[in-house]
Amino acid sequence: MATPNIPLWEVFIRSRNGLAHKHVGSLHATDATLALQAARDIYTRRGEGLSIWVVPSNAITASDPSEKGMMFEPAESKIYRHPTFYDVPDEVGHM
Amino acid sequence: MTVANISVSETPLVLYTLRRADDALILGHRLSEWCGHAPMLEEDMALANTGLDLLGQARELYSYAAKVEGRDNDEDKFAYLRDVRQYRNLLLLEQPNGDFARTMVRQFFYATFADLYWRAMMRSSDLTLAAIAAKSEKESAYHVRHSSEWIVRLGDGTEESHHRTQSAIDELWAFIGEMFAVDDSERGLIDAGIAVDPVALRPQWLKTVSSVVSEATLALPKSDWMQQGGRSGRHSEHLGHLLSELQSMQRTFPGATW
Repeated sequence: MATPNIPLWEVFIRSRNGLAHKHVGSLHATDATLALQAARDIYTRRGEGLSIWVVPSNAITASDPSEKGMMFEPAESKIYRHPTFYDVPDEVGHM
Repeated sequence: MTVANISVSETPLVLYTLRRADDALILGHRLSEWCGHAPMLEEDMALANTGLDLLGQARELYSYAAKVEGRDNDEDKFAYLRDVRQYRNLLLLEQPNGDFARTMVRQFFYATFADLYWRAMMRSSDLTLAAIAAKSEKESAYHVRHSSEWIVRLGDGTEESHHRTQSAIDELWAFIGEMFAVDDSERGLIDAGIAVDPVALRPQWLKTVSSVVSEATLALPKSDWMQQGGRSGRHSEHLGHLLSELQSMQRTFPGATW
């Protein structure tokens, strides 16, 4: 079942309780309408979602894995950026 | 070892329910034959999903038929232990899958009909049938969308896909009339507000089908000669082959469970 020359789409599903659409996978389809139908048939068979987005994979600009040192390592040593240095009063309860 | 066919007391309501159940089972089985063979993985899943929707509808209808009949038949016996002549499905639905275009045309013709049919049946005075219809309608509405999007793309696609889809329409057209036929057994149920009068659905069916077919740059045949027989058990040769596969396990190992 090869799918030559058929564009690739990325699928995002918003689950029943979720606030944001989450990436769940990809599929092949010739156009946006069929991509949406295929996403419904492949990724919501078990009641996973209430909303679907499909995005052409080639519309996504991705970071280059070979640049991950420059891109992400500088943040690893900046622990003061995590909001873990505050004393939260007990009365606030669950945050 | 031979396994005897069951006998069925076909009162009008039992027969009516079995006809709808057989429609769903036979088309569902046809779609299941695509599993692992569809043109692409995405459609393989879509066809299997549709087949499972139909299987679910068949099970509910068979269970209800068994309850109405009130003997010791059940959904499995209806499915596995009736012979060709006891099946009551539309001839359209037992026709072989052929190529993808043919499968989609068959699906489109039936789904468009079924969606109108279930919607009308939601108003049945028989509450079980009305409830089954309400659930099935949501499924068939999607089957209409899925198949009609394909009809448009196949018809208005390449020369090859256009030709194949037009051929499928021409070949399957003679099986359309049976969807709208009513016999005496069903007439009584229609008058009682239990069954749907399919004749009333025909104008809307034709309108929907014509509009999609014309968007697809395809044409409906002019012929109005129609083949009939499925509702009374007179089937094409294809159903026997289908049933021999569908029933082989129960016929070989009666009552087997796992």
